[in-house]
Amino acid sequence: MDLALAPETLSRWQFGITTVYHFLFVPLTISLASLTAGLETAWVRTGKEKYLRATMFWGKLFLINIAMGVVTGIVQEFQFGMNWSDYSRFVGDVFGAPLAFEALIAFFFESTFIGLWIFGWDKLPKRIHVACMWMVALGTILSAYFILAANSWMQHPVGYRLDKGSGRAELTDFWLVLTQNTALAQAFHTLAAAFLTGGAFMVGIAAFHLRRGKHVPVMRTSLRLGLITVVIAGLLTAVSGDLLGKVMFKQQPMKMAAAEALWDGEKPAPFSVFAYGDVDKGHNSVAVQIPGVLSFLAHDDFSSYVPGINDVNKAEQERFGPGDYRPTIPVAYWGFRWMIGFGMTSFALGALGLWLTRKKFLLPRRLRTGEEEVPRLVLLRAPLGARLSRWYWRLAVWTLAFPLIAGSWGWIFTEMGRQPWVVYGLFQTRDAVSPGVSQGEVILSMTVFTLLYAVLAVIEVRLLIKYVKAGPPELTEDDLHPPTRIGGGHGDGDGDAQQDRPMAFSY
Amino acid sequence: MELHDLWFVVIAVLWTGYFFLEGFDFGIGVLTKLLARDRPERRVLINTIGPVWDGNEVWLLSAAGATFAAFPEWYATLFSGFYLPLLAILICLIVRGVAFEYRVKRSGERWQRNWEHALFWCSLLPAILWGVAFGNIVHGVEIDADKEYVGGLLDLLNPYALLGGAVTLSLFTFHGAVFAALKTTGEIRYRARSCATWLGLLATGLAAAFLLWTQADQGKGSSLAVLIVALLALAVAVGAIRAGREGWSFAFSGLAIVATVAVFFLVLFPAVMPSSLDEKWSLTVSNASSSPYTLRLMSWCALIATPLVLLYQSWTYWVFRKRIGTQHLADSAH
Repeated sequence: MDLALAPETLSRWQFGITTVYHFLFVPLTISLASLTAGLETAWVRTGKEKYLRATMFWGKLFLINIAMGVVTGIVQEFQFGMNWSDYSRFVGDVFGAPLAFEALIAFFFESTFIGLWIFGWDKLPKRIHVACMWMVALGTILSAYFILAANSWMQHPVGYRLDKGSGRAELTDFWLVLTQNTALAQAFHTLAAAFLTGGAFMVGIAAFHLRRGKHVPVMRTSLRLGLITVVIAGLLTAVSGDLLGKVMFKQQPMKMAAAEALWDGEKPAPFSVFAYGDVDKGHNSVAVQIPGVLSFLAHDDFSSYVPGINDVNKAEQERFGPGDYRPTIPVAYWGFRWMIGFGMTSFALGALGLWLTRKKFLLPRRLRTGEEEVPRLVLLRAPLGARLSRWYWRLAVWTLAFPLIAGSWGWIFTEMGRQPWVVYGLFQTRDAVSPGVSQGEVILSMTVFTLLYAVLAVIEVRLLIKYVKAGPPELTEDDLHPPTRIGGGHGDGDGDAQQDRPMAFSY
Repeated sequence: MELHDLWFVVIAVLWTGYFFLEGFDFGIGVLTKLLARDRPERRVLINTIGPVWDGNEVWLLSAAGATFAAFPEWYATLFSGFYLPLLAILICLIVRGVAFEYRVKRSGERWQRNWEHALFWCSLLPAILWGVAFGNIVHGVEIDADKEYVGGLLDLLNPYALLGGAVTLSLFTFHGAVFAALKTTGEIRYRARSCATWLGLLATGLAAAFLLWTQADQGKGSSLAVLIVALLALAVAVGAIRAGREGWSFAFSGLAIVATVAVFFLVLFPAVMPSSLDEKWSLTVSNASSSPYTLRLMSWCALIATPLVLLYQSWTYWVFRKRIGTQHLADSAH
């Protein structure tokens, strides 16, 4: 049947919309939890006020963001059963386990300790308060790991057997599901990219204030932290992306051939810079290529053979029976390019920024700036002109969302590149959809989700802008003297005075 | 007892935890219009659950995730069969969660009022819909030989299930009112008590009708015993709140919820989703469950994680044990 009319098409659109939307909040939540916890730890250890103000500022943006991540995550937990009931029946034994682990271990962690952190400023000693944020950070990372292990099983099913009676997949080795190389590479790549996202977010917002010379001590610290995060995470994203790519060349040659629009196998295989072609005829009409680089990406040498889309399609037809085993090639091809392009641009701007704002190393004494000053951007031995400096700050602000775009395309590429399979080589997407749910019901739910999510996006972005512009809060005496006892108070007989004090935070 | 029987119990425990905890969260949401007279009072109510509502909601995610892992067929049939009611619940939980976090982020009157409306309706509706859903599960729905739900939306809105919805709504609101009396200070505390008294009487009446109907229809000896516990607990809870014993009342309103959910699951067992078309098409603990390997694995996870969760969630309640009154509210919009 034509894909546009197939029963699974609407459910796929809904899954795509709700999941890409959910994943806008996930990487920011993962990285900002750790970065905020890091800043609060610096406050606890050094007692410097700028760290506490930075903690409160980034913590607030983190909370606006995690609220959306949490509520859109509930949809994820439900929609496997709602829209993909035959998938759920087939994989529940394997796929359900990491999801249940995620809920029982990671979600409880996150949600309980975030409540303690939000309301705990005047209830918890500062060491316990910061520990709560570290628990949240741990929860987000654990949660990511479990769900990525589940997704990796869809990319490369291991540790299962097919039950002859029911035809279902049954788990035989959970440890293998958690530690197969697909899961390790995918978790490494996704977590690194999450920190790239948070780092770029921090750099962009710090740049916004520094260009105007506002909130300098806090924003200068944030800028450095963001830049260092971008550079380290960007490097790790590239390294892990290379690892994951090599795993994918072995496990899903079709996805990688589609990512390169490589129609027929070549030895050595070129890397495609630009291609335009005819999907039905199976060839490119325009192709700009760098020879040998694809062989290198796949196998670490410049000469080995990489199979093409037509070769893999033929091989899969022989293995699985007649059919078209090609994903939507243009989406895979461009998705792969947008992912790398946006991610690498962000990394490059971060690396440039880290060099321009370097402090002691290789910087003449006369060009160094104090902690209270906007850092001078120094290219070699002389500072950048006012116009160029302004341009760097502007670019940093404009590109703050680049890793978010890269991450969205990364998921669109990896999920659509696996089609027509939902579990690679085992179960096709067309067999996965709920047979009892009507097209009308899916149209209704998709419309409702899309409209609601659009409205919430507007509200969320406006709130973020409001709190970004407001800058870090002024500290009060209470902020600087957190309680020394759990439940509040300082243990010096001030019990009665405590009774009617307003809460540090209330809804 | 086989492993899938144990997992039936675990799923029951997770739902019980969810209804016990988010029960009073939903109740507080409903009471923001029923009990609170002005914005400061509404804020007092909301702040009694402020630090904990999110953790309470995860009990639902755990119940859903554990059902997926332990009873994939149950998860698949239930979630695809009850598509539209679950969609409504999802929308409510999304809007409600955002309402908690975003309401205070701006000080505008319209902004705050709109989120307060959202909070009320999005607490009320799920409180009803969960009762409707469980009423249908217990009663049995049209499931065919392929384990698919073949009924329509209107079949789910039958009198028995709607009564179930009225029971959960009144029970949760009562539970919430007792919680409000337990957690607030000042005038609102005393109004919460009297509000709880009549809500408790209403809940007792509705629960008695619903549970006796259930017992007459599908009852067993064990469910009768638990039914009596549920109704007695409600009576004690009402008596205790009248006498101003808020802690005791809360313990017993909680027990009433536990016992009511227990009646559902006792009546169900060994089915998990009975078919009203043909008994042999019913989903049961044995034909809907995962493999023994997965169940064993999950058992270890639940055995280690659940006590820990209970431990640190209880600690949270202890940290925020202080009663809240209007004088404790920080400035709005931050």
